[in-house]
Amino acid sequence: MLEFERTLGVLLPWEFSPSWIAACLLAAGLYLRGLQRHRHQGRTVGFWRPFAFLLGVGAVYAVTQTHYDYLSQYMFFTHRAQHLALHHAAPFLIALAAPLPVLAAGVPSRLHHPPGRAAIVGILRPAYRLLQHPAMAPLLFVGLIYFWLIPEIHFDAMLSRELYQIMNWSMLLDGLLFWFLVLDPRTPQQGGLGYGMRILALLVVIPPQILLGAYLTFSENVLFDVYAVCGRAWPLSPLTDQQLGGLITWIPASMMSVAGVLIVIRSILSGKGDTHLGEPEQERGVPQP
Amino acid sequence: MTFMMPRYASPKRRPLRHARALALAGLLGLGVLLTGCTDPGWQTKDISGLMPPLAFELTDESGEVVEAEAFRGDATLLFFGFTHCHDVCPATMARLDSILDTLGAEARDDLRVLFVSVDPARDDPATLREYTANFGPEFLGLTGSEDQLDALTRRYRVTYGYGEKNAEGHYMVSHPSAIFAFDRDGEAQLLIRQDDAREAVVSDLRQLLASG
Repeated sequence: MLEFERTLGVLLPWEFSPSWIAACLLAAGLYLRGLQRHRHQGRTVGFWRPFAFLLGVGAVYAVTQTHYDYLSQYMFFTHRAQHLALHHAAPFLIALAAPLPVLAAGVPSRLHHPPGRAAIVGILRPAYRLLQHPAMAPLLFVGLIYFWLIPEIHFDAMLSRELYQIMNWSMLLDGLLFWFLVLDPRTPQQGGLGYGMRILALLVVIPPQILLGAYLTFSENVLFDVYAVCGRAWPLSPLTDQQLGGLITWIPASMMSVAGVLIVIRSILSGKGDTHLGEPEQERGVPQP
Repeated sequence: MTFMMPRYASPKRRPLRHARALALAGLLGLGVLLTGCTDPGWQTKDISGLMPPLAFELTDESGEVVEAEAFRGDATLLFFGFTHCHDVCPATMARLDSILDTLGAEARDDLRVLFVSVDPARDDPATLREYTANFGPEFLGLTGSEDQLDALTRRYRVTYGYGEKNAEGHYMVSHPSAIFAFDRDGEAQLLIRQDDAREAVVSDLRQLLASG
């Protein structure tokens, strides 16, 4: 019984936040509904795309609405791992799944044309265009990592519950924007970003992340005092905590770019394959142009 | 102090809500977020409006159950630690003791320092009494059950944790290094950090005691 309670305690949110729960449930619900529709219409989606999508959504949920959130509030390196999930890994998986057609199929038909839709699209489209400009997107991607790690801002973000939520949401939304841009299943002819620009965007975000990660790892001063001020989840030396956090900011974060580049290269190659071999799209497991 | 509260609280909340809308809408304008967050009147970190009023139910160093309401009328400083701690806690307590000396006898009468041990397994009331006797009479040791301590630390968004026991049974305890300052009405006012300048702390405590 005690074991059960402990397990439950780990799975329950540390700070219940309806926005995360609602967003994750909505995403998973729409997707599963869309999958069912697709199946009824005899369209196959395969195994890997739904797997990647649900894994991504599950990761977002796990780092924000389980006891893991407690660890990421009271330890620097676990906080960095949380942002790695929110800004890199989870949106990467979600974008890789190219979920938009399935999600759209999951939207109840009476909601396809909500009132005011034209106005909302009219407002959002220019903003989206600006954020997804190939010069803007990498700047925002790296800028946001730096912004929340400015020591004074980091202090306030970890101390205030509201700012903490804003920080995490901003990381996830920016991650989705960036990875949807570079892993866009549309070809450049269909309106997707050119493959060269995608690779450039992926490569240009690597050096600033390496620089920041290395700076954190090799710094001999404790840069973020908020974890001492508020107490750590367990007695770990502040510098060790910072070094681990630096390594997470440095290595896996940059590796995600490399993985992205490989996928874009694969898109280029199999794009050529399409014209020569006429391979049907559904048979491939990864998003394709 | 009561009539001044809205003045401290309101300019902080509005930019926050404003910023949330911005961030959710388009991730832009994040820089706006923190402007106007610090009240110019304080030199240490202003937390009015950010943290709830002082509330707890704990056991004091004479073994009596005590609630936060018992300290209304005095300004209170809240600090978390454990008596086996040999760096942050004694240094903080000694520093506070000497700052209180600077503030003078009158100020000392109106100020309580609450030392909350997050290590109740080793810190019973007698141990706490012995420990706080090293400092001035306004120092009071408190501790509580795990649930009581969790409720209090969670309330102020802080935490604590225990390290592995060594061969002699000693273990380290992680705990917040912040000192939380509350006014006479128990409203949260300041967060004092280890590296805040002594003059800044003295000046802010004077201001805290002068109000209300």
